[in-house]
Amino acid sequence: MDIVTQTWPWYVSGFLIGIVMLLLNYFGKVFGMSSNLRTLCTIAGADKFADFFKFDWKAQRWNLAVLAGAMLGGFVAVHYMNNPSNVDINPKTIEQLAALGIDAPNGKLAPQALFGNQIFESPKMILILLIGGILIGFGSRYAGGCTSGHAISGLSNLQIPSLKAVIGFFVGGLIMAHFLLPLIF
Amino acid sequence: MMNYIKYLLVGFLFGIVLTKSEAVSWYRIYEMFQFQSFHMYGIISVAIATGLIGLQIIKRNNIKDIDGQSIVIADKEKGSFRYWVGGLIFGLGWALVGACPGPIFILIGAGFWSVILILIGAMIGTFIYGLLKDKLPN
Repeated sequence: MDIVTQTWPWYVSGFLIGIVMLLLNYFGKVFGMSSNLRTLCTIAGADKFADFFKFDWKAQRWNLAVLAGAMLGGFVAVHYMNNPSNVDINPKTIEQLAALGIDAPNGKLAPQALFGNQIFESPKMILILLIGGILIGFGSRYAGGCTSGHAISGLSNLQIPSLKAVIGFFVGGLIMAHFLLPLIF
Repeated sequence: MMNYIKYLLVGFLFGIVLTKSEAVSWYRIYEMFQFQSFHMYGIISVAIATGLIGLQIIKRNNIKDIDGQSIVIADKEKGSFRYWVGGLIFGLGWALVGACPGPIFILIGAGFWSVILILIGAMIGTFIYGLLKDKLPN
């Protein structure tokens, strides 16, 4: 069953992501994953510290259901639909990563060097993942959305603010990938 | 409860697609930012094109949602600074840990426990935004 285990081509994947967004629109909702972070903060008690978290989070339960489904989908795809040929990235990319001391994919979604359980013993790696998360959480709220809310929902609805945010995403990403990552690793 | 099952199913599809397309992979994000593959650009472009065509069909035919209401997608607030700067900050994090908010949850569901650190960071980042919101330039 090749189609189940192989990497799905970009045109199939992109189409299905568009369908996910349209289905949520059909259900009267707007596709956006980072809003869930605000909801989770409120559930954790952040509303006692800032008014931003005083909102009717229960109206956002549908999005938590999307999130739970996505986690389940990730579990099924990784455990029952994988293949050693997966994550067949450019050999040049693999060479560059080797120079930084980062292991090749060999079918894995994430490098051991950054995501293996041994990183829990490395204060540097713990800090890198925490800081990466802080930048994502802060940036997506300041920009009012992330890849799903701005790049997919916003751009397909021809929103100029989303275009600005998406250009920002790429400028930030290029600065990190080309100038900062080589300094960090 | 039944009401939530359709959201769970859409989320399930999303989780499968993002994993099978490898958009959740740190490697794919790195490769994208090195311009060494078309894969991620293709995914994002086709997703936008599909959404764009779908929304145009919805708008032109005044298609109603599941409850019979008009489908209205609110415009994003006008502005510039927050989109450029917020976007840039987000991009730095995206390329560092190779995951945006959707994939963070998908990877945790798939059993990548170290990604819980990214989630904790993302909640701290969201919390910091909530504290500073009124002091930040818009």
